[in-house]
Amino acid sequence: MTDLTRLTAVETREAITSGQASAVEVAQAHLDRIAAVDDRVHAFLHVDAEGALAQAKRVDAGEVTGPLAGVPLALKDVMTMAGVPTTCGSRILEGWRPPYDATVTARLKAAGVVILGKTNMDEFAMGSSTEHSAYGPTHNPWDLDRIPGGSGGGSSAALASYQAPLAIGTDTGGSIRQPASVTGTVGVKPTYGAVSRYGLVAFSSSLDQAGPCARTVLDAALLHEVIAGHDPCDSTSIPAPVPPVVEAARNASVEGLRVGVVKELQGDGYEPGVTARFEEAVALLQSQGAIVSEVSCPHFGYALPAYYLIAPSEASSNLARFDGVRYGLRVGDDGDRSLEEVMALTRARGFGAEVKRRIILGTYALSSGYYDAYYGQAQKVRTLISRDFQAAWSRVDVLVAPTCPTVAFPLGAKLEDPLAMYKQDICSIPANLYGGPAASFPAGLSEGLPVGFQVMAPTLRDDLLYRVGGALEKVLPPAIPPLSWES
Amino acid sequence: MYEKDLQEFEPVIGLETHVELGTASKMFCGCATEFGAEPNTHTCPVCLGLPGALPVVNEKAIESTIRIGLALHCDIATWCRFARKNYFYPDMPKNFQTSQYDEPLCTDGYLDVDVEGSVVRVPIERVHLEEDTGKTLHVGGSTGRIHGATHSLVDYNRAGIPLVEIVTKPVVGTGQQAAAVAKAYVTELRDVLRGLDVSDIRMEQGSMRCDVNTSLNRPGEPWGTRTETKNVNSLRSVERAVRSEVERQAVLLRSGGRITQETRHFHEDSGTTSPGRSKEEATDYRYFPEPDLVPIAPDPDWVGALKAVLPEAPSVRRKQLLAQLGLSDLDAQAMVNAGVLDLVLATTEAGAPAAEARNWWLGSLAQAANTQGVEASELAITPAQVARVVELVAAGDLTAGLAKQVVDGVLAGEGSPDEVIGSRGLAVVKDEGALTEAVEAALAADPEAAEKVRGGKVQAVGALVGRVMKQTRGQADAAAVRALLLEKLGVSDS
Repeated sequence: MTDLTRLTAVETREAITSGQASAVEVAQAHLDRIAAVDDRVHAFLHVDAEGALAQAKRVDAGEVTGPLAGVPLALKDVMTMAGVPTTCGSRILEGWRPPYDATVTARLKAAGVVILGKTNMDEFAMGSSTEHSAYGPTHNPWDLDRIPGGSGGGSSAALASYQAPLAIGTDTGGSIRQPASVTGTVGVKPTYGAVSRYGLVAFSSSLDQAGPCARTVLDAALLHEVIAGHDPCDSTSIPAPVPPVVEAARNASVEGLRVGVVKELQGDGYEPGVTARFEEAVALLQSQGAIVSEVSCPHFGYALPAYYLIAPSEASSNLARFDGVRYGLRVGDDGDRSLEEVMALTRARGFGAEVKRRIILGTYALSSGYYDAYYGQAQKVRTLISRDFQAAWSRVDVLVAPTCPTVAFPLGAKLEDPLAMYKQDICSIPANLYGGPAASFPAGLSEGLPVGFQVMAPTLRDDLLYRVGGALEKVLPPAIPPLSWES
Repeated sequence: MYEKDLQEFEPVIGLETHVELGTASKMFCGCATEFGAEPNTHTCPVCLGLPGALPVVNEKAIESTIRIGLALHCDIATWCRFARKNYFYPDMPKNFQTSQYDEPLCTDGYLDVDVEGSVVRVPIERVHLEEDTGKTLHVGGSTGRIHGATHSLVDYNRAGIPLVEIVTKPVVGTGQQAAAVAKAYVTELRDVLRGLDVSDIRMEQGSMRCDVNTSLNRPGEPWGTRTETKNVNSLRSVERAVRSEVERQAVLLRSGGRITQETRHFHEDSGTTSPGRSKEEATDYRYFPEPDLVPIAPDPDWVGALKAVLPEAPSVRRKQLLAQLGLSDLDAQAMVNAGVLDLVLATTEAGAPAAEARNWWLGSLAQAANTQGVEASELAITPAQVARVVELVAAGDLTAGLAKQVVDGVLAGEGSPDEVIGSRGLAVVKDEGALTEAVEAALAADPEAAEKVRGGKVQAVGALVGRVMKQTRGQADAAAVRALLLEKLGVSDS
């Protein structure tokens, strides 16, 4: 019999509709897979076997239909799900069970998607390796001694180790794309405002964007279609129709598409293997009829410093609510200590070092007397970066670059060097500051490890990402992890 | 002392008024705003600031704020944003307040107020919109304050209720009238807001709260350091707070002391203020534009339409009423203060003479409202019903005493005036036979009083009237009874 965990989402749905397997059997196969391998991968923080099987039964009873009904999914632990623990990889939310579903969660449930559980992440999505999770790191299925990317390393590792065919990630500076890049999976950050943030525990409100993760381009597009669309509960949600992403993934033609290679996102600091795979992918697009040119985006070099002012500033405010008063961890409430002391102790114990670092950075950047020099200046840089994108769109339809300058690095390698860690996102951050859609697609291997190819498009042209990704997928050999550690 | 202080010093005052809007739902979520519900029953993930929850602006609150701005002659922003005001406090679920900072909805207006017969123009700096906080209850201490409390309880029902902040520019040149101007401004502002029907304005329930800024300087010198007296919650207290601060600061300045820039608490019992947190060590609020909300850009056509249908200013309305009904300015002011102006007007429209309408609403009905702890407009009697009672009295069908009983019956929910008269049997006794019989009985029962009256002590008739009234259960016309008794006793009422 077919191993149900090796199927794509499309194949899984076909297996269910053809009667080859029930949704319950599919769900059980994945739960068994999690039980078998996740002690080594550590992709999940919480497995909701009961909820998953109950949803699968609803699908088998014909209560829900649709292209993803009965397909299992791993949900990043930053997204609320009623009654199911949501920790954001932090101690401070230990034990909190939200009373409500995020809009994304609700849409997944309504589409019949079977949510297996909540996946590991860097605490409050701050990091590029998932090593900043308070619950221990996730391991890259390609090499368990290496990082799975971050912050959404749990979701990417779940896909690459066949614990789920679909996953939800969130991307503030690259947290969907960089994990996709280093695990050989597909990760899409939709246009800012295309997918509701209601129920996404905020890191940086003006940058956060949830998106689909999968092993194939079409699977990602199908998931994109389920979770995207206007939500009146999110004021920043765009009231526009979802772009034709599924059709784009199916047709996947780049004939006549103008592709711009970003001049500033290559050269020194990029691993030779990454550069080689990137250039080969560009050539493959060209061979399919794409018109390739080099485009300069002069302000991209300032994206990283601007990001590290804007995101921590917003985070310092967003994370203020975690004080032990209403939910989650409370430390030192012995009847003698003052409220302020209990809040301070709770936050001191509840937050990890990286979160504290960013709260301090952001608090400083917003301080009276420093606001203009830091937060204000960063917002101006953000405007300049958006103008770089706008200027590019007058010449090309999409921009391309490596997703990340390196392949997966060994666990612990950058833990003591925050700046080196931050540089993982040097290629992905510009799209967040601009707000347009961007994705990472597998582009082959370098020394046995996956390399990601990033595509960026104008706002609300998410469909273009899928055309390029689909075109590459057609001609590149699939990225199949050897999983040698299993035997 | 206050008068003498203001001969020596010039006062500068400023007022920040917070008003809870009377929208059905909260500022950023659908929870109800109703006052007095069980703690934490009007809450949801948004107003509790649960992780992941997001705000959505209440359009009605924007509209109300713009109408307030228009009524105060402000410029209305064509584009503005909310901002986050960051500070830690447990009654604020997100540990930041969504407010407006450097981009308020309304700026640069004024309000003319009547002070002791002359008009003073109070300049308005800004009108902006924000969310209210929850309420903290400190338990276990003797004072109800945080010091000495064993624990604290937080009620988030109020958290997220739309709150409008109206800030004046510094008001200078008021001299001796500083305290009176402050009170007159808050009073007029309250009437303007009531006229707009944007808030129920119950100062005692905290739906309108004032912070009063006061400073003194010697003539010719720059403005002095100001203090901010927080949460002054009645009209009378506004006046007292200014007086108290003037007197306190004058004593300090005269002795060569320095005024500390600080917030102060007002004490209703003593009428004095005491220091709160010092501004010098005040929190840096780290304001920045609220990224969870999109900018507000009111359509100028919409603003124009709102402006076109603004109600008349209370001062204009008052004058009209005055002319129409021949009531004094003092009467009009009293009616506005008691919140019965519209009710009096409606009662006169229903046919009652102005004086009668005024007397009912400012008299026993205002008293009834006070006893019940409600606004006069919330009483279970309508202006038309009051007019009917007045009509019955005029026709001699009710005496004053009976009319009061009828009104009590209506207030008690026993039905219309005519229904109450029927059910309680309150009609005036017009049966001459029954009345004569009662008079005879009274004379027989108290021959001593009858003799006194005959002897010229006319005031002794009161006891006999009382007997007759008792026998007729108050349904006789006391004046008619008196005349009848005197006639029987052969005494003329000189």
